[in-house]
Amino acid sequence: MGAELALLLAPLAGAAVLGLVGHRRYAAELNVAFSLATFAAAARLVARVIEEGPFTALGEHFFIDSLNVFLVALTAFVSLTTSLFSRPYMRIERDHGRVSDAGMRLYHAMYQLFGFTMLLVLTTNNLGVMWVAMEAATLTTVLLVALYRTHASLEAAWKYFILCGVGIAQALFGTILVYFAAERILGSGMTALLWTHLDSVKGQLEPTVMSIAFVFLLVGYGTKVGLVPLHNWLPDAHAEGPTPVSAVLSGLLLNVALYALIRFKVLTDGALERPFAAALLMGFGLASVAVAAFFLSRQRDIKRMFAYSSIEHMGLITFAFGMGGPVASFAGLLHMTVHSLTKSAIFFTVGHAAQKSGTQLMEGIRGLVRVSPAIGWGLMLGAAAILGMPPFGVFASEFLILTTVIAQHPWAAPVLLVSLGVSFAAIFGKVQAMVFGEPSAARLAHRPALAPVFVHLALVLLLGLYIPPYLADWYRRAAQLIG
Amino acid sequence: MSASGFIAQLTELLIAVVLAPLLTGWVNQCRAWLQNRSAPGLLQPYRMLAKLFEKEVVLADNASPLFRAAPYLVFGCLALAAAIVPTLGTDLPLNPAADAIALVGLLALARFFIALAGMDIGTAFGSLGARREMMVGFLAEPALLMVLFTASLISHSTSLTTIVETLAHREFVIYPSMAFAGVAFTMVSLAENARIPVDNPATHLELTMIHEAMVLEYSGRHLAMIEWAASLKLFVYSCIGLALFLPFGVAAGGDWLGLVLAAPALVAKLAVGGAALALIEMLSAKMRIFRAPEFLGTAFMLAVLAMLVHVLLEK
Amino acid sequence: MLEHYGPQLVNLLAAVLLLLAFAMLSQRRILSLINLFAAQGLVLFMATGLVAMITGQTHLWWSAGVTLALKVFLLPWILHRLIRRLNVKWDVETLVNIPTLMIFGIVLVILAFNLAAPISQLAGTVTRATLGIALASVLLSFLMMITRSKAVPQVVGFLAMENGLFFAATGAVYGMPMVVELGIALDVLVAALILGVFLFQIRSRFDSVDTRHLERLKEE
Repeated sequence: MGAELALLLAPLAGAAVLGLVGHRRYAAELNVAFSLATFAAAARLVARVIEEGPFTALGEHFFIDSLNVFLVALTAFVSLTTSLFSRPYMRIERDHGRVSDAGMRLYHAMYQLFGFTMLLVLTTNNLGVMWVAMEAATLTTVLLVALYRTHASLEAAWKYFILCGVGIAQALFGTILVYFAAERILGSGMTALLWTHLDSVKGQLEPTVMSIAFVFLLVGYGTKVGLVPLHNWLPDAHAEGPTPVSAVLSGLLLNVALYALIRFKVLTDGALERPFAAALLMGFGLASVAVAAFFLSRQRDIKRMFAYSSIEHMGLITFAFGMGGPVASFAGLLHMTVHSLTKSAIFFTVGHAAQKSGTQLMEGIRGLVRVSPAIGWGLMLGAAAILGMPPFGVFASEFLILTTVIAQHPWAAPVLLVSLGVSFAAIFGKVQAMVFGEPSAARLAHRPALAPVFVHLALVLLLGLYIPPYLADWYRRAAQLIG
Repeated sequence: MSASGFIAQLTELLIAVVLAPLLTGWVNQCRAWLQNRSAPGLLQPYRMLAKLFEKEVVLADNASPLFRAAPYLVFGCLALAAAIVPTLGTDLPLNPAADAIALVGLLALARFFIALAGMDIGTAFGSLGARREMMVGFLAEPALLMVLFTASLISHSTSLTTIVETLAHREFVIYPSMAFAGVAFTMVSLAENARIPVDNPATHLELTMIHEAMVLEYSGRHLAMIEWAASLKLFVYSCIGLALFLPFGVAAGGDWLGLVLAAPALVAKLAVGGAALALIEMLSAKMRIFRAPEFLGTAFMLAVLAMLVHVLLEK
Repeated sequence: MLEHYGPQLVNLLAAVLLLLAFAMLSQRRILSLINLFAAQGLVLFMATGLVAMITGQTHLWWSAGVTLALKVFLLPWILHRLIRRLNVKWDVETLVNIPTLMIFGIVLVILAFNLAAPISQLAGTVTRATLGIALASVLLSFLMMITRSKAVPQVVGFLAMENGLFFAATGAVYGMPMVVELGIALDVLVAALILGVFLFQIRSRFDSVDTRHLERLKEE
């Protein structure tokens, strides 16, 4: 019972405390401590769901089932490892003079607050609160993206704010329409916004209203997932902020937005007979994969390139959820997990690589494996993992998705294969150039924290080789929910 | 056609023709009060007309017959327009001709003749004024039509008497579309009657004037007819506005008592309207001529919006 | 009498809201823009109060109160302070000229009405016709945001969009549950404050708040 409260209160308390002392020497350790507390609460919740199954809490305001509990665990875990990474990283940034005292306070407080909003989106049962938390997640990260106060970061943060704000306003309209449809059956008041109740009556919801609502919600939350053509903010926002922020934005926020979309997809599928939502998801997902692969090959900034890679993978996951069915949904969930772990690991190494070389442009980074073998090999393995090379977990999920595509929607297979191929060639070529070759990097003031990188990559490798039965069962049950 | 209708028609025409200069004088008086100076008196327009009628007509050598006939034509069109707008009663002999589109057509005819007359002599100012007048008219006419169409949509007919009857004698309903249409109509009448903020009626020396530029060549009784026609135009627009937006007090057909009460009601409403016009003139600044299309474009858009709002909200 | 005139008055207020959205679209001066936004907030307050009176739903009174405090007083005050400190009172040029903008606006209004028509017919509220107008004002604010080059009008457009959404909620479903509405209000307030901070940073870095300076990160 206390686990849900602890899950949310830990980061909230962390934000309050760090808002005051975030610039002190021990602030980074405090950050890690609060993230550890959050992770402990998440672990407790996982244990509970495995024992009892899905349950609601706090007067039905929170709902934990197999779909969101693994995302909660993933979010808490990646937040923890990112906070470990951010310890030396932000110290180096501070020594280079890129962040001030006030900036450090803001950074640490917003980091915890961001974790809080994401966990709120994941665990709340109230669709309206879900929207409020989603908007809050955008707001907490806007100032973080602009932390360095350069031209580029201000522009990125402005675009991020305006585009995501406009998008999320559409999502609000969609939520109002869903409430409108629900009110006719469940009566007005809070119960018409609770997902569990809506799920039980989804067959009776008005189809026209739900289809219009889903379109608005897709445009709204889809902007936050980074679906093409609403993705313009993503490469800039992920590239210009501090690396820990890029890691959590790429690794976690995209997943959380997609989660919100899935919850609504379940309702829409129940209300409409035809596969309207599925078709839309497939269309946008496929477009994202193709367009992202194309833009990816033309990037010169390393973080932008990996940001486009995030768009591509999220497009792939959206496509998988659009296809539906037990295999595709399972693959989608697995891919969410491994992508999150791998992408954050990559951003960790990229962050330190950029710090060492003093630039984010790929032509300026060379010979990493000579300067720091850990960073070099970390980047190499991370890139291999994200490109879907066996035996990493990404290969397993991509393989499952591709087999389903060839079986059910063969027309999409060439597009997917070509796009994946294009991005493979682009990323592999560039990473190889950066890792090997004549070194151009300097020594760093603090030792980089690379344990998180290898922990993530080890997990991804593990998931590629062997998925523990309770995890597989968990995914399967979540996949069943999605339909 | 009843006797009361006939009397009402004649009275309307007489009131329009006789009282139009008084309305202009009243607007000038209000403006003077608001600007804290003394006005030339309510009857000044009449004195001006009397003076002009006594003066000799001076015509240019190359003035065509159109130039000589135009003042009368303009006056005639506007007087006819004044006759068909129901101000006192709704059972008029000219009812079959009292169509909204015909009304706009009459106003357009008047504008056409005066523009031609402005260009007739061939001076620079005349053509300048004519060009601008046509530009304003080109933009204002659709707006006026849209306003009248909004009213027609509500009363399901373009006949002016039906519109007035529907709006006056139905129970009081708040029509948001009429609110928009009212704003649009005010903007259009400001433009058409050469009032601030589109044109300044008080001076003859501005290079940006529209109406005054066209009539620079006129003198004597011709000028008197044109000035009278201009004040008649203001009167007509005010009556259209009252008929559409404040139609209370207009007598139903055949009602003698109503007719008798309608006249003072009309005078009172016109007085209030004139004061409001003076207030608007005082509060606005004259805008530059190239902003006039924007102003009228806004009016047009508001009128279209009124129609849309009617279709959506008042189905 | 309230049953008869109440819905008509709400319709009238909806029409005024649409009028204000158009006025904001064509307004050049930033100061008047903020005052129009405050007027919109006032109209929302009156409409919510009317609906509360007609339907007897008490939580709408709280909603109306929050709207009044936030959108009529607090947000315009923040915006006024912002433009005073940023010194941005000059005329705003739009990227497209104003008559063309008006025509786009009308097209968007027609689009919104068509989109909302099937939903309005299903609604059970007395104010269902206003859903089309609410959606139209959302789209108009969006148009205003994308055709302005200075940052402050974009911010006002963003806040006006939220106004339209609030009105949609009031008209279609008699307002969302209080928790949600309070959350939304809090979000809007925080967004405005963050934008204020942000504009200072932009201004100190670029010496201007023209967002055309913010277009360098284009695709190569």
